[in-house]
Amino acid sequence: MTKVVERKPLSALEQTYLPTLVSGFKVTWKHFTNTVFKGKAVTMEYPEERWVVPEGYRGAPYLVKDQDNNTKCVSCQLCEFVCPPKAIKITPPGPDGATADRANAEKMPREFEINMLRCIFCGLCQEVCPEEAIFLQKDYSLTGESRDEMIYNKEKLLKLGGVHGGIQKWKHKLEEAREQESFPVNV
Amino acid sequence: MDAIQYLSPTTQFVLFSAVKILVAFGVVMTFVAYAVLVERKVSAWIQDRVGPNRATPFFAQYIPLLGPALVRLGIFQPMADGLKFLLKEDFTPAYVRTVYFWLAPAITVIPALMTIAVIPFGSTLGNPMNPMVIADLNVGILYTFGIVSLGVYGIVLAGYASNSKYPFLGGIRSSAQMISYEIAMGMSVVSVFMVVGDLNLSKVVAYQEANLFHWMIWKQPLAFVIFLIAAFAETNRLPFDLPESETELVGGYHTEYSSMKFALFFLGEYAAMIAASAMMVTLFFGGWAFPWGGGPANSILCGIAHILCFIAKMGVLLVLFIWTRWMLPRFRYDQLMDLGWRRFIPLALANILVTALVLALISR
Repeated sequence: MTKVVERKPLSALEQTYLPTLVSGFKVTWKHFTNTVFKGKAVTMEYPEERWVVPEGYRGAPYLVKDQDNNTKCVSCQLCEFVCPPKAIKITPPGPDGATADRANAEKMPREFEINMLRCIFCGLCQEVCPEEAIFLQKDYSLTGESRDEMIYNKEKLLKLGGVHGGIQKWKHKLEEAREQESFPVNV
Repeated sequence: MDAIQYLSPTTQFVLFSAVKILVAFGVVMTFVAYAVLVERKVSAWIQDRVGPNRATPFFAQYIPLLGPALVRLGIFQPMADGLKFLLKEDFTPAYVRTVYFWLAPAITVIPALMTIAVIPFGSTLGNPMNPMVIADLNVGILYTFGIVSLGVYGIVLAGYASNSKYPFLGGIRSSAQMISYEIAMGMSVVSVFMVVGDLNLSKVVAYQEANLFHWMIWKQPLAFVIFLIAAFAETNRLPFDLPESETELVGGYHTEYSSMKFALFFLGEYAAMIAASAMMVTLFFGGWAFPWGGGPANSILCGIAHILCFIAKMGVLLVLFIWTRWMLPRFRYDQLMDLGWRRFIPLALANILVTALVLALISR
């Protein structure tokens, strides 16, 4: 069924366009005064003001340290393997490299690089990591003046990642091991 | 200054004219740049936005207190805009008619700037023999209309030269629109000159300078309304920006233009707005005269105040132009033609008739 929209003929006053002019001016003036005098502009001035990033947001992946400020990464290279855009590049310590700076780890990477220009923030590295050493964090606007600058190394990633004390896998393992030393085991 | 006295009158005239032309040109160009800024700011404020507030030249930090406020107001934005236009790649598409393509922007700008020549923007600066008008023509208004009507050729030519559908449509619309509104505009001022009895714009100002109540707007309000609306159409401003109409014709006549050639169209539009405002101030708002009157200046200070008064009146009209753009939607093409031919031309004719009758009755 077609609905015919009724178009009333304009009255003589309306034909002068004056009522429209007045109402148009009212609307624009209201918005003008609201913005200029009451500071009600809706603009978010980006670099100074930023959106609040929601929980679970997938930003840039950074390496994290454990509660004792030690490197969690053990250089297993699973993330390097799983990384779809091949943004991660790990240099393992090798047979005569430095040992890990924490207990319960055999080694830590000599160098850990993420090319942030390649990274697609997919989160597979976080998912695959057995040590919970890499997390997608809340940074989303990474900038630099050259391509080299956008390759983040281990030092930078650790610094940006900060301490992640929430998951203390090896502490719990250690406690479990200690408890098992005495018999019977109380779990 | 004494050295000037020994020059022949012709040399003096040439010298003064050259200075006036340079200064007027500079002022108009500055006005164009800042009219664009005001346009952007006002539009932003009306639309609940902030507008340009980032352009920060290196010296901005050395301005005490005011520096950050000026940056927030975007005072330095026009400089950045101008520089951007100069440095952009000047691209000429392969399919255009090159000669006309290059000619069109110039034809748009030059008439807009030439109109300024006959407008008395001040009384005198010291020397009463040296009025503040570049060319004190006896046929001032005829010159203006002759020149203004050339402006349409730039747009039509741009539409034709671009060899592409949207500019072409823009050009066609512009030719019809500007020609029909030119008639209404011309007719509306006839009644003004009938009242004044002279075509010289300086005489028009002299007629109104006594005080606020001698301004022509009180005697010819209808002529002012018609002139104002026709001026909107002549300068392609909303609600009559059919040649440009971004929403339907991409950019209208200047779709294919880039860089400085586009900037010239832009400049032409704002220069035309300024010329139209200056014309309205001269015809209907007493030109450079103060609202409380006071006659031609007898000191340099008073002369400068007259020029500032003129600029202030012009500024108010410019804001009116700008505000209207963000207030009203675009007219439909047939509504536009209807308004021009069936409303304003008869109204203007009636106005002339009534004015003539009243004048005849008064002089009896």
